[in-house]
Amino acid sequence: MQRRPLQKGTGELRIRIRRWWQRHQRRLIPYLFITPNMIVFAAFMFIPILYAFYISFHDWSLIGTSQFIGLGNYFNMMQDDLFWQVLINTAIYTLGTVPTSMILGLGVAILLNRWIPARGILRSIFFMPVVISGVAVALVASWIFNDHYGIINNTLRQMGSDPIPWLSSPTWAMPSLIIATLWTRIGFCMVIYLAGLQSIPSSYYDAAQVDGASSWKQFRYITWPLLGPTTFFLLIINVIYSFHVFDLIYVMTGGGPGFSTTVIVQYIYQAAFQTGQMGYAAAMGVVLYFIILAFTAIQWRISRQGESIE
Amino acid sequence: MSEKVMLMLKVSYNRQMSQKIKNAVIWVSVVVAALVMFFPIYWMFVTAVRPREEIFAPEVQLWPSEFVWSNFVEAWNTLPFTQWYINSFAIALIAVVITVFINLLAGYTFAKYDFPGRNVIFLLLLSTLMIPIQVYIVPEYLIVAQLGWVNTYWGVIFPRAAEAFGIFLVRQFMMSIPDELIEAARIDGASEFTIFRKVVLPLSGPVIAVLIIFTFMWRWNDFAWPIVVLQDQEAYTVPLGLNLMQGAYYTEWTYLMAMTLVSILPMLLIFIFFQRYFVQGIARTGLK
Repeated sequence: MQRRPLQKGTGELRIRIRRWWQRHQRRLIPYLFITPNMIVFAAFMFIPILYAFYISFHDWSLIGTSQFIGLGNYFNMMQDDLFWQVLINTAIYTLGTVPTSMILGLGVAILLNRWIPARGILRSIFFMPVVISGVAVALVASWIFNDHYGIINNTLRQMGSDPIPWLSSPTWAMPSLIIATLWTRIGFCMVIYLAGLQSIPSSYYDAAQVDGASSWKQFRYITWPLLGPTTFFLLIINVIYSFHVFDLIYVMTGGGPGFSTTVIVQYIYQAAFQTGQMGYAAAMGVVLYFIILAFTAIQWRISRQGESIE
Repeated sequence: MSEKVMLMLKVSYNRQMSQKIKNAVIWVSVVVAALVMFFPIYWMFVTAVRPREEIFAPEVQLWPSEFVWSNFVEAWNTLPFTQWYINSFAIALIAVVITVFINLLAGYTFAKYDFPGRNVIFLLLLSTLMIPIQVYIVPEYLIVAQLGWVNTYWGVIFPRAAEAFGIFLVRQFMMSIPDELIEAARIDGASEFTIFRKVVLPLSGPVIAVLIIFTFMWRWNDFAWPIVVLQDQEAYTVPLGLNLMQGAYYTEWTYLMAMTLVSILPMLLIFIFFQRYFVQGIARTGLK
């Protein structure tokens, strides 16, 4: 008996909500649909990025004591030789991986775009390393490059030449990392270039053949210009991936020997979770954020210019 | 006259021959390159199955003298791999369900609704792709720790549940769904969510497959974030476990390669059966 009025009340409320909803549904639905994603992005990315700015002005230790020090972390960074070294390492790694993987990927894509025996299997083999985790890549590369028992050094010794201290010398550690990266990156570039090649109408090549153009000329004047957007896209995405690389280096060299293969993301991680300088780590994160922003702006400008020329 | 014909035939015959030789040379060099690419996986396998002392042999032996399958069992038992595989599968599968659902919903919204702020929000989401996790890893960790999620599945799953790549992929695909279908259902009085569920989803089979496969791969291979959140060995995922195994004082390469091979098997199998979805996903968006 007591519940009746209450039910009536909620019923009315429900009707009112429904009417309101029907009136505003069309406008609200899109926001409702993106809400779950936006909550996650806000809570675990946008707020953390803002929070990182805040932390970067503090001397902030792992156990949670903090003290405002203004731009102190940023001044320390400018004077930290290691910070500059890891920036240079990041640049070397990026320059070593991006153009090479794109050139090789393009070469493989062109060869596997025409009909040749076992084309499907060959494409699969080039592409397969893309799905393997960075940790697994690092482990098998560590084994192949192993100074004492690795197959490369065993082969070198058998041929009578000196073994190469791949992972134990500051000179060779970076090339080893770059080679391991290429293993996973070539297939990636190949797949995207193949998609680009397949979008070029074959009639262009037919016409060029009628005119007697050599394969090089066909590549130079048809393939390469028409792949322009693909190349640009790959350039951006490969640079981003090279800036992001963490697991491969962490597992394969741990950033060493010394700091010879430490890249910026690695250094931030070490500062935050190994030496407990969270404020300093956050400040470097902020600087990295602006470096990437600047890069993107430059690439954006160049691409806009390219469009207006074409 | 006939001489001229003969000469022409000869020239074209020579040209064909040289073309054939050229093709053969190209084919052989591609195959050699493919063998080099395949070698690391082969070498993982050979190292894993050969007798343990054989890996210290100074001379190169490309084929094991005998197959010691028990290496896999021994390797598995050196560390709590069973627990790690349970963790990895649980995290990857739960993440797939959540991410695929919310990404489909958001991707559909960006493709098919026009609402104030749409382009700004979409660009904001895309711009997050450029930012490495290390930029905000410190505060993100502090938030997750505050929520009490350190060493839990949720601590790994929730912060990565919204994938900008996934939203982008879904949006690209769903732009090609005809507006008329959606409009017709709307006139029939279907609610917006019903339209999404009964009209849009049944047409999105391929993109759902791509999204499932990629989400599984991202979570299965993930390292940078789990290593921050999962600190107890019990809570580790497979890549963290492998890293621990390698970091041990003395590296047992036979066991390490055996476990590395097992860890990539799920991805290799998915790759073999669903290769075209990988190719589609990557070719469409450049995601990896």
